[in-house]
Amino acid sequence: MIGRDEVRHVARLARLELSDEEVDRMAVELAGVLEHISTIGELDLDGVAPTSHVVAVENALRPDEPRPSLARERVLAGAPAVVDDGFAVPSPQA
Amino acid sequence: MSELVRLSAAQAAAAVGAGELDPLALFEAYRARAAADQLNAFTWVAEGAPEPVGGPLGGVPLAVKDLFCTEGVPSQSGSRILEGYRPPYTATVVERLARAGAPLLAKTNQDEFAMGSSTENSAFGPVRNPWDHGRVPGGSSGGSAAAVAAGLAPWALGTDTGGSIRQPAALCGIVGLKPTYGAVSRYGMIAFASSLDQAGPLARDVTDAALLYSQMVGERDPCDSTSLTFPGPIELPQRADLRGLRLGVPAELTGEGIEPGVLEVFEAAIQLARSLGATVEPCALPHAPHALAAYYVLAPAEASSNLARFDGVRYGYRASDADDLLAMYTRTRHDGFGAEVKRRIMLGTYALSSGYYDAYYGRAQRVRTKIAEDFAAAFERFDFIVTPTAPGVAFEFGAKTADPFAMYLNDFCTVPMSLAGIPAISIPCGLAPPPGGERPLPVGLQLAGPPFSENGLLAASFALEAALAFDGSAVRA
Repeated sequence: MIGRDEVRHVARLARLELSDEEVDRMAVELAGVLEHISTIGELDLDGVAPTSHVVAVENALRPDEPRPSLARERVLAGAPAVVDDGFAVPSPQA
Repeated sequence: MSELVRLSAAQAAAAVGAGELDPLALFEAYRARAAADQLNAFTWVAEGAPEPVGGPLGGVPLAVKDLFCTEGVPSQSGSRILEGYRPPYTATVVERLARAGAPLLAKTNQDEFAMGSSTENSAFGPVRNPWDHGRVPGGSSGGSAAAVAAGLAPWALGTDTGGSIRQPAALCGIVGLKPTYGAVSRYGMIAFASSLDQAGPLARDVTDAALLYSQMVGERDPCDSTSLTFPGPIELPQRADLRGLRLGVPAELTGEGIEPGVLEVFEAAIQLARSLGATVEPCALPHAPHALAAYYVLAPAEASSNLARFDGVRYGYRASDADDLLAMYTRTRHDGFGAEVKRRIMLGTYALSSGYYDAYYGRAQRVRTKIAEDFAAAFERFDFIVTPTAPGVAFEFGAKTADPFAMYLNDFCTVPMSLAGIPAISIPCGLAPPPGGERPLPVGLQLAGPPFSENGLLAASFALEAALAFDGSAVRA
């Protein structure tokens, strides 16, 4: 139902590295869960609107007024790496 | 046991209000108990009490699930990827409760990102059930439930996405309320599935749950666009009987798959409700059996999107051995997430991926509509729906970890209400032996009502609680 290549493809989409052993296990476990989930395919849902929100809320907007935000140093305090006044990351190109 | 710990939270708050009890002594009594915890219920315990602020909650200290952001205090959502993370701000609901007089006592252990029904998925180790240390407390708010049941905290905050307040409350013999979706601000909650996540109280009794909840709702939070102004105040329950109340029992959630011991205790509670004046009749929720399948599409789909933020850039863990940005992302997430979280991210990404979206996510959202319609139809004839909270009593560690879907089945009776966004409460209704075991364990009774029916649910639960006379004091010794 879901092969190793497909597991690897989905893991790439999810930005998730999986070991070969994890790929094998995931293929089996996902197939098992998907088998249960597939029962929703048996229902007649023609003309049924999808739920977008459980309680009707319209235009939940707040006034567009400037207000103070968190101080930069407090935001950066939790970062794994900081350069100058920003988050530091490795180069996008190896 | 300290005399102070015998008091319910409401009794303690009243004693503080009357000038008969020093809130700092109360805080210290619980702090000492929490610090000596043998259940692994906590991930952090306060070192001292903050300055008392007065307020209706009387300085009665509060345990808070790890996934609520608390400024300067570890907030890790049970995950290695957030190990040691101290947020720069506090969740609205935690701040609101602190202002109302419930200071932060401790952070409680949980399944990683609230994904689980046993608290075995915590990066910080599993929580033990105070009724039997070889068994799980339920999950994902297992630390909060175990702490309240064992008298290590007077009351606690949890979150419920598919049953994560109600099921651990049931398995630990306490009260847990999942509010109407939107009633409580989600601002500062580390998100799992945003259309389902809702914060609620775990408490020793219904009055305590009502008192804590009364300070969680109110004006909508401008920081959470899905939050709602609650229509009117939450009242402390007074109801003595159930005369005139119409209760519906859905066959779909009270038959196959429920342990015989649980059904027996449930039936006895139904009889008791009748003797209190309620009419109890069968009702139909024809799509409820499909709720679990829809939930395990929708919740992982939302989780896969929400958890994209854990990328090693702004906070938390970062893999140190990556040469380029993409490898840094993928290795950080490989090292930082546990097995169940990876499973749900994969499941959700798959369900949302090109070619599968309509078959899974689109259909699941339509099933969700049908489930909400089932409830709306039932509430034309009934005030509340009643079911067992969980299909079984607390199970042994490792009993359900081999097969993911076996674990998911714990949510069978609680997920339909989550999908419909309606409030539901679990109260302890008796003890039943586990299959093949002898020592009886708590069973929860779930009552669910239409949106914003919390006052009615609490009142009915209060009347039932008095008649049931469940005694959980043994595990608070």
